[in-house]
Amino acid sequence: MSTLSENTIGQRSGRNGTLLGLAAAGAWALVAATTGLLPDVGDWPETENLAIAGAIIAVLLAASALLQRVSPALGRWLVDKSPWLIAIALFLSVWQLASAKLGWLPQPFFPPPQGIIEVFTYDYAELGISLVASAQLLIVGFIYGGVVGFIGGVALGWSQLAAYWIHPILRFVGPLPSTALLPIIFFAFPSSYSASIFLVALAVAFPMTVLTWSGIASVNPAYYDVARTLGASPLALVLKVAIPASLPYVFVGLFMALGAAFSSLMVAELLGVKAGLGFFIQWSQGWGSYNSVFTAVLVLALLCSFSITALFKIRGRVLSWQKGLVKW
Amino acid sequence: MVASALAQTSPETLARPSAGASLDIDNVSHAFNLDGSTLHVLDHVSFDVKPGEFVALLGPSGCGKSTLLRLIAGLEPPNAGALKVNGQTITGPDPSRVVVFQDPTLYPWRTVWRNVALGPEAQGKLKESRGRVDEAIDLVGLGQFSKAYPHQLSGGMAQRVALARALVNDPSILILDEPLGKLDSLTRLTMQSELVSLWQEKGFTAILVTHDVEEALFLSTRVIIFSNRPARIKADFEVDLPYPRHRGDPRLAELRHRSLAELGLDSTW
Repeated sequence: MSTLSENTIGQRSGRNGTLLGLAAAGAWALVAATTGLLPDVGDWPETENLAIAGAIIAVLLAASALLQRVSPALGRWLVDKSPWLIAIALFLSVWQLASAKLGWLPQPFFPPPQGIIEVFTYDYAELGISLVASAQLLIVGFIYGGVVGFIGGVALGWSQLAAYWIHPILRFVGPLPSTALLPIIFFAFPSSYSASIFLVALAVAFPMTVLTWSGIASVNPAYYDVARTLGASPLALVLKVAIPASLPYVFVGLFMALGAAFSSLMVAELLGVKAGLGFFIQWSQGWGSYNSVFTAVLVLALLCSFSITALFKIRGRVLSWQKGLVKW
Repeated sequence: MVASALAQTSPETLARPSAGASLDIDNVSHAFNLDGSTLHVLDHVSFDVKPGEFVALLGPSGCGKSTLLRLIAGLEPPNAGALKVNGQTITGPDPSRVVVFQDPTLYPWRTVWRNVALGPEAQGKLKESRGRVDEAIDLVGLGQFSKAYPHQLSGGMAQRVALARALVNDPSILILDEPLGKLDSLTRLTMQSELVSLWQEKGFTAILVTHDVEEALFLSTRVIIFSNRPARIKADFEVDLPYPRHRGDPRLAELRHRSLAELGLDSTW
């Protein structure tokens, strides 16, 4: 009975795999056709390569669709991924038609897909340098701001003296958008690099402080009673009870801080620093190189997404004792 | 599962070389400030506990028994009077006086093993105490669960971990604040017997707060009954029965009747 139903399910997903695989192959053939068979409105050197790539993907998908009867793993992969492969192919085809072929989108402001590929093939060194510069600003600023915010939050939650001094400052400075301080920061700091680090760190420190503080304040007081009767010193109460108990809040703080860091990073780069993806975007726009603008935005999106993913991975590790964590 | 070989000892032979400490509570009064008004919870409470005694404190809920336990643990100083362990005034918490609360209060980010190890770790002697941690976990029958996290445990198991976490410090006074209050009734009966066995094996002085008259009589060598808030001592009597005790024992029923009468529940008998 069970083997019978497994067989039917297997056959059904096999048939679905073939159909979906062939549909995906067709969609990528459409990418190849729209790109390669129609003349370009502008001058795009990578058009032919994109058409070839589309055709190769179409052939590979068609081959997989036929071979998936032999390999069940391939069949499952096709069933799982084909809808997205089809959607991406249709999006690329419409984009291709609307920009390079029919010119519905005003040129040169909306380059076709091959325009993006062109930047990756010709300008990869410049793009790579910009990526490294942005990542460096982001990471260094995030670490400074995160450490300061964490220590500030623990002090606020733990020490009345610290709360007396930090709380008013936090309430006054915290809500101010760090970008408002931009002109002051850029002449107050010796270099635009250190100014940008400060800007990112400032944006990170506020949510980190508030969330860490909330975390410390919400620790179950019985945890302290137990630890005290077991002989814990005040320092041990902070390190072994207060901080681990507040970590779930700290990670919410890190998540919010990361968002704030992206924003102030872009502002810093668009207005001050002479390196990084924000600067690359600004500079390309000045040259009217809109395909570079789009490419840099794409790389930036990848950088931000990767950072968030990394944060969630660390959180999953550190908070593995918690039930019901959101998966990213 | 726990030291049942020792369960045949009678109270007379319990006057053994004991690891328990004596406890003198001398004219202790305590009050709280609630929005400006003063709430008196303990009113000139005095009693002495001999080393190795198992004393149950019974009383109406909210009468201040748990406050007294916090004072014994050293978590708060009394407003008036003094509490002494082996003749020395209690000035703060100490691992020789450990509390087991009604909630197990395990640290959710620590495994069972690391929860039990917290005492030695906090006192900076974890390295030489690793074996003791294992022993304490085995003693409460959770050897297979030392790597589990608290959210994976049942209520009874969690409370056993809390017990192990207390016992690993080799307390001279074990303070039990309704430790079985939130367990289902069957687990509760099992753990009552386990508590007696642990006490007989280790020889600590036990101070138990409970609302359960039967539990108090089944476990303790002496019962102290408190009045309504502010708590005064209304009755103080020995439970002169050997261990293991039997729940159907007519002497227990007699003492139960007496206790309920002292608690103002005579008409329910």
